[in-house]
Amino acid sequence: MRFGGLVAVNDLAFQASDREITAIIGPNGAGKTTVFNCLTGFYKPTVGRLTLRRDGTEFYLEQMDGFRIAREAGVARTFQNIRLFPRMSVLENLMVAQHNTLMRASGFSLAGLLGLPRYTRAEREALDLARFWLDRVNLTDRADWDAGNLPYGAQRRLEIARAMCTRPVLLCLDEPAAGLNARESYELNELLIDIRDRIGIGVLLIEHDMSVVMQISDHVIVLDYGRKISDGDPETVRNDPAVIRAYLGTEEEEELPEEVAEDLPPEMVRALRSFEDRPHEEDGH
Amino acid sequence: MLTVRGVHTFYGNIEALRGVDLDVAAGEIVSLIGANGAGKSTLLMTICGNPRAARGTISFEGEDITHEETYRIVRRGIAQAPEGRRIFPHMTVIENLQLGALVAPEEHFKDDLRRVFELFPRLRERQTQRGGTLSGGEQQMLAIGRALMSRPRLLLLDEPSLGLAPLVVRQIYDVVREINEQQHVTIFLVEQNAFNALRLAHRGYVMVTGRITMTGTGRELLTNREVRAAYLEGGQPTVRVGG
Repeated sequence: MRFGGLVAVNDLAFQASDREITAIIGPNGAGKTTVFNCLTGFYKPTVGRLTLRRDGTEFYLEQMDGFRIAREAGVARTFQNIRLFPRMSVLENLMVAQHNTLMRASGFSLAGLLGLPRYTRAEREALDLARFWLDRVNLTDRADWDAGNLPYGAQRRLEIARAMCTRPVLLCLDEPAAGLNARESYELNELLIDIRDRIGIGVLLIEHDMSVVMQISDHVIVLDYGRKISDGDPETVRNDPAVIRAYLGTEEEEELPEEVAEDLPPEMVRALRSFEDRPHEEDGH
Repeated sequence: MLTVRGVHTFYGNIEALRGVDLDVAAGEIVSLIGANGAGKSTLLMTICGNPRAARGTISFEGEDITHEETYRIVRRGIAQAPEGRRIFPHMTVIENLQLGALVAPEEHFKDDLRRVFELFPRLRERQTQRGGTLSGGEQQMLAIGRALMSRPRLLLLDEPSLGLAPLVVRQIYDVVREINEQQHVTIFLVEQNAFNALRLAHRGYVMVTGRITMTGTGRELLTNREVRAAYLEGGQPTVRVGG
C-alpha cells in the first residue's frame, strides 16, 4: 500500500484462519492499521490480493466496496479511535449493525410498514442477537444509555458487540485493550477466547498490551516499516531478536520494593520485574 | 502549586465530579488512578477550564483560575496532552509543534524541537507529514511533544501510554521522570496502567465515581490491599510484559 511517496505496507503476506486469534504487532507507524484499512475496504491496496474464503466461496476483498465486504464477505471491525453512534442508545447501536438483515427482511421498508410476519420475526431475531451480545459484554443494564455517555472501557466492549451483531466470519480489532485497566483487559481476553472457541470465527487483533497478545494469540505477526519481520506462535515471536530490537526491548531484572514483591503473586512479580524502569536507550527504535 | 477544592463538574444532568479536593506541590509527580468513567479525564479537563467547574475552586500558584479563559490558563504554564490525542490533523507535525511552542519564549524553540525529536525519532522522520496521516501511536507522541513544546511548569498527561508500543511506553516514563528531575516540571498524570503510574509517582490519588477516596505515596497505594484488589489485579498482571 503506497501513499504518494510513502510505502506504508510493503509486500506483506500472511494468513489468518477461523477458530484462531491472529495478532498483528509492531512499532507505532509500522502499518498495522493500514492493513486493517485494506482488509475492510477503507483503502484499496496499490498492488496485491486479499482473499477471504467463506463457505467455499472466494471473495477478493481488494476488488470490493467497503459495505459489500461487511455484508457479503463477513468482515467486521472496530476502530482505534472509537466510532460508535454516540447519540444513539446502546441497543440502537446494535440494531444498526443488523441493518442489512433487517432491510432485506422488510422488503426494503414495505413489509416493515405493513408489519408482515416475516419482518416482525426478523426484528425479533435481531433483538435477540443484540440482547445476547449486550449480555455477553455486560451492558444489559445500560441498554438505554446514549452510547456516547458510556465510560471508555464500556464503549470499547460495545464496539465489539456491534461488530459481532453483523455475524462476521472475521473480526478485526484495532487496539481493543487500549485504555482498559487490569480487570477489564482480563475480561476482554475471556471474551475473545469465547468468540474464537464458541462462535468459531477468526479474530485478527492489533494490540500493544502484551498481557493480551501473548496470552490469547494462536499466531503473531510482527510488522516494522510495513514489512513482516517475524511470524509464528507467541513464544517464538517474543524470543525473536528482531522483535525484541524493534518492538519489545530487552528485559532487565531490577529491584521491586520488597514489601510489594512479598505481597504479590509470583507471576505478577515476574511480570513487573520485566517492566522495571531502565536507562534511556538510544538504539531503541 | 495546584489546589483543587470541592470541585463539581456536570455533563448535562450527569455529575461527573462530586466534590474533588486535591493538591499538587511544585516539583512533584502525582498520579491519579481509578476505573474507567471515574472522572479522571474530566478533572484534567476541568483544570484547563473546559468543561468549567460548576462549584468549587481551582487555583494555580496561589491564584484562582476557576473561571479563567483556557488560553490564559495555558499561558500561566499549564499544558495538557489530552485523551484522544486531539492533534491538528490538517497541519504538519512541525506546525503542530510550533503551535505548542506559541506560548514559550522563541529562543528555546530549536532546542526544544531537538529534544522532542530525540524523544520521538519517529516525529522527525514524519515532520512534514500532516498530523491526520500519522498512525494512532505517532499522534500520541505528537500530542505529548506539543505539550512539552510549551515549556509548561505543570504538565497534565492523560494516559500517555495509550496505544504506544512497549518500548516507547518505557521511554515515555523515563522522559516524564527526566523532565521532572532535570527541568523541575511538575507532573499530574492520569493512567489506567495503575502499576506504572504509582511506581513513577511521588504521590497518588484514587478516584471513584467523581470523588477522591484515597491518597498516599505511590508506594503506599501500591501496597494497599484495597487498591490492588480494585485496580491492579485482574487475574493476571496488566503490565506490558516484554519477555
